[in-house]
Amino acid sequence: MSVLKVSDLTRNFGGLCAVNHVNMEIHEQELIGLIGPNGAGKTTLFNLLTGVYEPSSGTIELNVDGKMKSIGGLKPYVITSLGLARTFQNIRLFKNLTVLDNVKIAMHKNIRYGALSGILRLPKYYAEEERVEKESLELLKIVHLDHKKNELAKNMPYGEQRRLEIARALATQPKILFLDEPAAGMNPQETSELTSLIHEIKEKYKITIILIEHDMSLVMNICERIYVLDYGKCIANGTPEEIKNHPRVIEAYLGEEI
Amino acid sequence: MKKLFNRNNLCWLILCFGSYFVLMGLMSAGIINPVYQTVIQTIIVNIILAVSLNLIIGICGQFSLGHAGFMCVGAYCAGIMIKQIGGIEGFVIGILIGMVLNALIALVVAIPTLRLKGDYLAIATLGFGEIIRIIVLNMEITNGAAGLVLPRVVNFTMMYFMMALAILIIVNFGRSAAGRACISIREDEIASEAMGINTTKYKILAFIIGAVIASWAGALYAGNFYIIKPGMFTFNKSIDILVIVVFGGMGSITGSVIAAIVLGLINTFLQNFAGIRMIVYALALILIMIFRPSGLLGTKEFTFSSLFEKLKKKKGAKS
Amino acid sequence: MTVFFQQLINGLSLGSIYALIALGYTMVYGIIKLINFAHGDIYMLGAYFGFLAITYLHVGFIPAILIAMAGSALVGVVIERIAYKPLRNATRIAALITAIGVSYFLESGTQKIMGTTPRSFPQVLNNEVYMIAGLRITTHQIVIFVTTILLMILLQFIVKRTKIGRAMRAVSTDANAARLMGINVDATISFTFAIGSALAGAAGVLVGIYYSSINPLMGMLPGVKAFIAAVFGGIGIIPGAMFGGFFIGICESIVTGYGGSLFKDAVVYVILIVILVIKPAGLLGKNVKEKV
Repeated sequence: MSVLKVSDLTRNFGGLCAVNHVNMEIHEQELIGLIGPNGAGKTTLFNLLTGVYEPSSGTIELNVDGKMKSIGGLKPYVITSLGLARTFQNIRLFKNLTVLDNVKIAMHKNIRYGALSGILRLPKYYAEEERVEKESLELLKIVHLDHKKNELAKNMPYGEQRRLEIARALATQPKILFLDEPAAGMNPQETSELTSLIHEIKEKYKITIILIEHDMSLVMNICERIYVLDYGKCIANGTPEEIKNHPRVIEAYLGEEI
Repeated sequence: MKKLFNRNNLCWLILCFGSYFVLMGLMSAGIINPVYQTVIQTIIVNIILAVSLNLIIGICGQFSLGHAGFMCVGAYCAGIMIKQIGGIEGFVIGILIGMVLNALIALVVAIPTLRLKGDYLAIATLGFGEIIRIIVLNMEITNGAAGLVLPRVVNFTMMYFMMALAILIIVNFGRSAAGRACISIREDEIASEAMGINTTKYKILAFIIGAVIASWAGALYAGNFYIIKPGMFTFNKSIDILVIVVFGGMGSITGSVIAAIVLGLINTFLQNFAGIRMIVYALALILIMIFRPSGLLGTKEFTFSSLFEKLKKKKGAKS
Repeated sequence: MTVFFQQLINGLSLGSIYALIALGYTMVYGIIKLINFAHGDIYMLGAYFGFLAITYLHVGFIPAILIAMAGSALVGVVIERIAYKPLRNATRIAALITAIGVSYFLESGTQKIMGTTPRSFPQVLNNEVYMIAGLRITTHQIVIFVTTILLMILLQFIVKRTKIGRAMRAVSTDANAARLMGINVDATISFTFAIGSALAGAAGVLVGIYYSSINPLMGMLPGVKAFIAAVFGGIGIIPGAMFGGFFIGICESIVTGYGGSLFKDAVVYVILIVILVIKPAGLLGKNVKEKV
């Protein structure tokens, strides 16, 4: 069953068509790669799907409790609460807060007490805070950051910050997880750790993962299906094998001569 | 319940009541003379203003310069009711009306302006604050520029515990899920929204709570200082409050409290040098900012638990 | 209709003053993102410099305005070097508080030296009244307007056509990149303060001539109004500040002319808020969406 369906999605910035009539259909628990040369419109597509930008035309439909619901142009927080979570290409952690608080903040919609119970410190507050802390620590354990829970996010090395972003996104309890260049700036060792982490998350939470990545070995290694964007258009989609040998993909990456 | 009565909260309780009884004792013994009593009352009002503004600016990151307007509404609601109904009953009714009115005004102000960012928000809120003042200035019931002359209806105990309540509400809010949501807006609004937080809702919530608590400060001012005039609530008053918040450290509630006390005392001390008071105050402000740009406490809070931890470490190091 | 056009003329003079102050606000903001709260007080100092020059040096209008501009520029640069430069990497709100401190310092310092009572500004220009089609225009109004326009043209020339102007634009776009390209960022910022302050100083002398009374706190309200004018036009944008200044001045005069003087400030704020709600980055500002 498909969880996300994108039809004819287009976004213009002035005269530039950053995303041009893109169609996608993504099924439950798939691991999808989204590749393309720099400036192909990959992050713009993510931004459209997560509500940062409004589509110029076309539809985005998300499977909500078995029914397809149009989510194009909804506010980001609504989309997140419907089950889409993301990480950012240029890391956007809450830098001055602790690792634990970063995750706790993302658990927001699962916290069942209001501002008033918080101010009055009702028993519900203590019970819920305890649960939030416990669940946050579990998430941190998955990304191997539980020993750093009290460190400020800005003081962590790059690779760990990327992992924290993943934990934070997971804390929103998504059905689909978008990872925007999760391996950027990582060394081969970290990248291979990341690969197994992504697998682990997919197995444990039974979620769909869509990732943008330039590291082809990672993409070819873990993705079940790949979409290729070039100049805003989706020029190919298929299994890693198909994509590797797809003439338009080779053209887009290497130029026409070859 | 066990959690509510832990060692840290007990310490706060002791500090709260302890300083109350000490101040009370010193006042009734005549050691704190009426001049210094006025200083303490001013500091209390300033603490309420500073912590409520700190919720908006420091915790939620929304640069508001209209806080004097909310204080103004609170002061006049209480003032008018003291005049109309009289006594403490009037004061209580006035404070309630002021809170409701301020919540409504804050909502009306917040919905259009909180879409603005940074300095644009600052100037828009400054504008709203001034509009409130100008309306008050031109109304009959407020007696225009001359203002209202009022009897004193509140006492030190009331002021002190309203201040304590204001601090408690804001600290507890800051440490709840809603408070965390506000902090995340301050840190990175885009990431916050991507984490499923309705940023508009929490900005408005912080703004309303801040405004409602500012009305207490206004009401206490009206009930304590005999006179209120529109000229007291210009944007300069908003700036004075901002100075306390920044000086204490944005986002640090304990910082705001300490800063309000320190600045209040500096001001009192400088009264003796009337001629150069403002010059020295201005220089102090500049120097403090140059040498401690993040304020006295930064975003840190003074807490008993961290104090205990430090003591423990010291002990451990010794043995 | 006569009231309207008469107030339009009066508003042009008031707007000239606001525009000159707003230019300094906007230039400083554009280059170091600081709301220079002390800017209104530089304008006040300009008025006092002009006052001193005319009273003690017995100079005429043009030398007086040049002296005031030079004095204000110097004060502006000194303030920048002493108070703002150490805070260039601090939070913007810390810098704002420093600016507020500087503002208090200039106000109370001037009160200490020159006294708190208003001084009457010596009349160096004969004020003749011309009646044209039932409208009253004075020499002072013409002088204010013409001086303002000349200064604006000069400013546009400096910013658009000179090397230092190019450096200013470069630093305001990206100070680090400008530094890497060999631009002396500190000198450029100082120069910006000098020009902005000089314009405010000129405004001070003009207002002294117009209202013939000056006092140490005269900079507070026009300072805020000018800041509003700058935000109104889109802060950081030079033509925006010019337009905003004239617009606010004219609005105020027209509201006053129709008997709303008690509400004239409120009207200005309402217009400001309406504009910001429609265009959150000011009239000429571009609403730059943060890249995600």
